[in-house]
Amino acid sequence: MSSEATQRTLSLTINGQPAQVAEGTLVAAAVLASGQTVFRQSISGQPRGPLCGMGICFECRLSIDGQAHRRSCQIVCREGMEISTDVA
Amino acid sequence: MSLERYDVLVVGAGPAGLAAACAAAEQGSHRVAVVDDNPSAGGQIWRGEAGRPKSPSAAQWLERVRASRLTMLAGAQVVDRPEPGRLLLETDAGPREIGYQKLILATGARELFLPFPAWTLPNVTGAGGLQALVKGGLPIQGKRVVVAGSGPLLLAVAVALREHGAIVRVVAEQAPWSKLLRFGVGLAFTAREKVQQAVGLWGKLSGVRLLSGTWPVAAEGNGRLEQVTLTNGRRRWHEPCDYLACGFGLVANLELPLLLGCGTAGGFVTVDSMQQTNQVDVYACGELTGIGGLEKSLVEGQIAGYSAAGREDRASELFAEREKARRFAGALGQAFALREELRKLATPETIVCRCEDVTAGRLAAQPDARTAKLQTRCGMGPCQGRVCGAATSFLYGWPCEPSVRPPIFPVATENMVAR
Repeated sequence: MSSEATQRTLSLTINGQPAQVAEGTLVAAAVLASGQTVFRQSISGQPRGPLCGMGICFECRLSIDGQAHRRSCQIVCREGMEISTDVA
Repeated sequence: MSLERYDVLVVGAGPAGLAAACAAAEQGSHRVAVVDDNPSAGGQIWRGEAGRPKSPSAAQWLERVRASRLTMLAGAQVVDRPEPGRLLLETDAGPREIGYQKLILATGARELFLPFPAWTLPNVTGAGGLQALVKGGLPIQGKRVVVAGSGPLLLAVAVALREHGAIVRVVAEQAPWSKLLRFGVGLAFTAREKVQQAVGLWGKLSGVRLLSGTWPVAAEGNGRLEQVTLTNGRRRWHEPCDYLACGFGLVANLELPLLLGCGTAGGFVTVDSMQQTNQVDVYACGELTGIGGLEKSLVEGQIAGYSAAGREDRASELFAEREKARRFAGALGQAFALREELRKLATPETIVCRCEDVTAGRLAAQPDARTAKLQTRCGMGPCQGRVCGAATSFLYGWPCEPSVRPPIFPVATENMVAR
């Protein structure tokens, strides 16, 4: 994991699967690291993933702890977080 | 909702905003706060360096921020100005209203994305976008990356990705060598340290093919990116890759300035010598007033901060330095001007508005942006035209200034109702 992230490890779930990430990891980075490149489906059904990485484009939106449409590139992982993409 | 009040409120915690906040806070009695929607301060260039700064300038400024008694409100998105002297923020903990006497806008810039076939595939990201994700913990070790688009950011991104273990195959800069050379020669006379920076980056990219006059014409892959087709205008070839990091320059984040009624010209906020906009007690600095990079942001930020704190004397001492930074910005714009061929990359099937899946074929038939919006919903999705607005401006010559109304960011209904 990135050198910027600190060494403490957090446990969370991505589409129900347990995952471990370094503290300081962005949700978008955690999801990509788990092998999931598709974050949502566009209105015509195309697969989409993060584009801008800085909270502008809304392509990386997914559900966090039951709250839909969260921009995963702007949110840092927390212990026990439940993350789900809408294509799971 | 209780109202917190500050003498000086800064929006944006990148270099310009932090410099402005420090300059104002160091004048003593002023209560100063900085708001930013990112999880921590630093903006894009110093992203992730709040804990352990990597560059000397980041170390120096982040230390100055710590030493000054300013309030940092990270993870807070400005969504509205309900009345003059107040901003409404959305935070994880719900809505929050902040009152201010003077407001300094340092909202920075986003990347310019231009559509080409299959640019919507997962793993096609911005250039700064991929760097931001890697700084945020995305493992890039051993991944094959093509960096493409335009601007000095490309080299910096390539170096950063490589330091994290990426296999950067190609950096494709659309500007021709002749323009880059003229830019470099000009800099050698006016800003030698810039040339040294560029040469330093270059030296860290041995083994990477650095191609000028080269641009992407299509991404390809089944459900995710597998390769990108590049061209230099004479021939086309494929580059297999895991990521395409592609940005064609920067676009100022004008939504909040426009909401406040600030005057603009050519896509940037206009300011007087003290960085004040045409709105009294509202200042703008950094990329908002013209794309110019770190030095311009720092000096303009300080001028805005001193000025907002009533220290015009200290602000005016920095005018010469600002002049130099602005000359660099002007040269930058000329060297990296976008080539005509980029207007023709999208085929009729290529999606331009990613939120509403509006294709280039549908947009080409529209006379103007307003009609396009009404007929196709282009620019009406969650990003509110932040991505497609600048693209349609470049492709079709439509005015690039967004029509802004509150809330300037999608906001949870309960947070609007709570007030």
